[in-house]
Amino acid sequence: MGRVVKKGVNIRIKELKSDIGDIRDLELSVGKLTSEKWTDPSGPTPFPSVTALRNWDKKLLERYKPFYMPFCDLCCLCTYGKCDLTGGKRGACGIDMPAQQSRIVLLAACIGAATHVSHARELVTHAIEKFGSDNKLDPGGLSVEVEAPVIRLVCGIKPEKLGDLETVLDYAENQISQLLSATHTGQEGNNLDFESKVLHAGMIDQLGLEVADLAQVSVFGFPKADPEAPLVELGIGVVDTKKPVILVIGHNVPPATSIVDYLQDNRLTDDIEVTGICCTAIDATRYSPKAKIIGPMSWQLRYIRSGIPDVIIVDEQCVRCDTLHEAALIHAPLFATSEKNCLGLPDRTGDPVDSIVVDLASGKETGVLILDPDKVGEIAVRTAQAVAPKRKKVKAGLLAADKIIEFAKTCTQCKQCRRACPNDLHIPDSMKAAGKGNTVMLSDIYDECIGCARCEQACPQEIPIHSMIVSADSGRTQKETFLMRTGRGAIQDVEIRKVGGPIVLGEIPGVVAFVGCSNYPKGGNEVAEMCMEFARRRFIVCTSGCAAMSIGMHKNGEGKTPYEVYPGSFDAGGIVNVGSCVANAHIAGAAIKIASIFARRNLRANYEEIADYVYNRVGAVGVAWGAMSQKAAAIAAGFWRLGIPVVVGPHGTKYRRMLLGRADRKEDWYCYDRRTGEKVYVGPVPEHLFFAAETKEEAMVLVAKLCMRPNDTGKGRAIKLTHYIDLHKRLFGVMPDDVHLFVRNHGDIPVSMKEEVMRLLREKGWKETTIPDPTLLSDQVIRVRSG
Amino acid sequence: MPVEPWQSAEVAGPKKASVITKPDVADAIIKRARRPVLIIGHLAAEIDLDDRKMLDYLLELAKKGNIPVIGTAHTGREIRKRGYTRVWILPAVEIGQRLADPEWKGLDGNEQYDLAIFAGLPYYMEWTILSGLKSFAPALKTIALDNTYQPNASWSFANISVKEWHENLKAIIEDLGD
Repeated sequence: MGRVVKKGVNIRIKELKSDIGDIRDLELSVGKLTSEKWTDPSGPTPFPSVTALRNWDKKLLERYKPFYMPFCDLCCLCTYGKCDLTGGKRGACGIDMPAQQSRIVLLAACIGAATHVSHARELVTHAIEKFGSDNKLDPGGLSVEVEAPVIRLVCGIKPEKLGDLETVLDYAENQISQLLSATHTGQEGNNLDFESKVLHAGMIDQLGLEVADLAQVSVFGFPKADPEAPLVELGIGVVDTKKPVILVIGHNVPPATSIVDYLQDNRLTDDIEVTGICCTAIDATRYSPKAKIIGPMSWQLRYIRSGIPDVIIVDEQCVRCDTLHEAALIHAPLFATSEKNCLGLPDRTGDPVDSIVVDLASGKETGVLILDPDKVGEIAVRTAQAVAPKRKKVKAGLLAADKIIEFAKTCTQCKQCRRACPNDLHIPDSMKAAGKGNTVMLSDIYDECIGCARCEQACPQEIPIHSMIVSADSGRTQKETFLMRTGRGAIQDVEIRKVGGPIVLGEIPGVVAFVGCSNYPKGGNEVAEMCMEFARRRFIVCTSGCAAMSIGMHKNGEGKTPYEVYPGSFDAGGIVNVGSCVANAHIAGAAIKIASIFARRNLRANYEEIADYVYNRVGAVGVAWGAMSQKAAAIAAGFWRLGIPVVVGPHGTKYRRMLLGRADRKEDWYCYDRRTGEKVYVGPVPEHLFFAAETKEEAMVLVAKLCMRPNDTGKGRAIKLTHYIDLHKRLFGVMPDDVHLFVRNHGDIPVSMKEEVMRLLREKGWKETTIPDPTLLSDQVIRVRSG
Repeated sequence: MPVEPWQSAEVAGPKKASVITKPDVADAIIKRARRPVLIIGHLAAEIDLDDRKMLDYLLELAKKGNIPVIGTAHTGREIRKRGYTRVWILPAVEIGQRLADPEWKGLDGNEQYDLAIFAGLPYYMEWTILSGLKSFAPALKTIALDNTYQPNASWSFANISVKEWHENLKAIIEDLGD
């Protein structure tokens, strides 16, 4: 197995008796002095190189063959091009269509991984500057002993201090650089090797996620693995518009923490509203539950155009590139705070605070670049105080009813808006009705609008269509008042001990994680509906990021949100919001910790064995219903390598390839029985690794099916089949005709469905099979045989 | 006006669908096929065509042409509600993958299909799946029967009005039994 070779002096001393005293477990390397107290033996792949886990990847890719759906028929990455790759043609460099598609998937995964790792680097650097590199990592006090499951698994180190995370980031940055280089013209030429690299990028991404959240939870006092993390306010309607309002957008929380600190230090907390969109919002509420979440990333335009925010602070990732333009339209000064997103603004980091505030408040500057997050707090608050009184008129930013009708009358019904809309919404018909004074149809579009405003860009009449949709029901946004549980962070070891057995045996029917962006095909309500369906069915439901917000934007008949109805514990029937995007590492971490804590498998640098364990035993599925970004692609890839399937919405086909199993090919579904070494048929479980579902109904049926694993006990499989069959019958109107593939013996048959299942088994000529101790790895068999 | 994809930015590459200019073209393609299959997405049960749904016309077409039907997502439920039980349930991306496999013998285990008729999927999803088939199922012909131009099919209607579409579908069905 390969591993990264690090140049430089590296001395490890197990025990040394000398004149100055006895030294134990001392490791010296250039510029670093680390003590190694972790006594677990190292597995075969510490700091794995790009190809170290290629054999594992091949096992997955043999079962889950890529189905490519080119989103572009051409390659236009070099000056040979454009090259037409249709009809089996190769490009000027010799690349063919499968390799080109997987190459683009790798590019996306590298962009995603680089973004998370770079974010982690920024957080760690900031944290070290403020708190020192010796600051202890603490994701959950005594409740969390396995503090960094992904880092332990991938790197084979046990980080204890902030400074230890730098070693992880050094490695991650190195790997991303190598992976990215593989996409250069004339490098990799095989699609499956590209795919293996995609999985590697996903694994590296997961490291970045874990480092980032571990650092911020440790130093910012976020909830530490707390199932009862506070309920916080969510929605445009929760904002007190009489106060000056600050809006933070993005993912990197330090600027928001400095705002909260400044308010606290100056006893202004109750005088100024701190609101946020996207993951920075969740993390701001993890820092201070008084901060308010406006909504997922698709709320950016509608909230800014409402005129409510007095000052806008953007950091990094998923921030609209036209925010400066939109901010100027409502006369709200904008602060860019990340080197990755400078927006052409003057760097005023070194200038006196007073002069910056004066320039922004007077309108001399529409925005500034401030690269010291600690400085943002004072400038943002003082600017908000200064501009808020002048902006009172702008705060009623929504279009009045007569204005909407006036604009609608100018519509020529050219349909360019609908043809630009990602969701093909019926904008022209709504315009026609609005022109006649009926704005109901326009208002109805609001729920399914993803807030991209492509309709406006396409309109030759320059009608402000998005603003009209948001304004059509003037009271609508004010009614957005919800509660959501803020991010709790990691899963406690004790929770893993409690549910590890029931999950592995199948008695808890599955762990379903609703994550990702808000590019939904039919609105965010679908995510909430799916989430509650599985919570009601006693699955463990996890969530994070924009999906977690969409889940919170739903109320039941009693006016309660899912977070008020279901507990936040990692247990059957819980809805577990782990936090922002980077907190997705805790969901992967929970699966890894089941192998480590419950099954006592050695975690250290032992990726293949642990992934094999998770794949065969832990019935977990990710659902990224509105996945949009390259980061989402990288996050998904991290789960694939661990053997965890991911379901995306129909827009997910634009990621241009699926990883699909073939239930009809029996030969694809054999594994080893660790006890005997025999190859045994286990059925198509889990059937797919990456799948775009057309509708939420299809997604729900599939999720129930994808939770099955070869290791399920009879009782566990019967429970899982009950959910699969029940959902299939309810949503598809008929008994599934593939049940025979999942029944291994009579003990698997759900008691309440025995008659109909037996009838189907007889029709299909079903034969009993065994339940093995499953593994895809031949060396696992040998290890057991040899004791 | 040149034929354009319905979603303006979803331009295809050098190989684009031929336009079905009159119902006879679609009829000829379907009649010529030895092993056609009809893939119906969930939108077919939502789209109104006169006082019926698009799905009703597609099922009539299936009956008339004796074409096996695959309902994607939860479309099968709607199909069965209409008393039509000869329907297979298979997700859209799965049928895409299987149609691209020359070894696949179809849902009845006999032979790979030579014509896949698509209708009723979300535009962009049908676009991407047809793109996969364009590149990786060279022996398969595809036809899109929605009223929007699908550039990655072998044949597709242009972007036509609902009225024109309705008339075309009726004519295709009528002529299919001849």
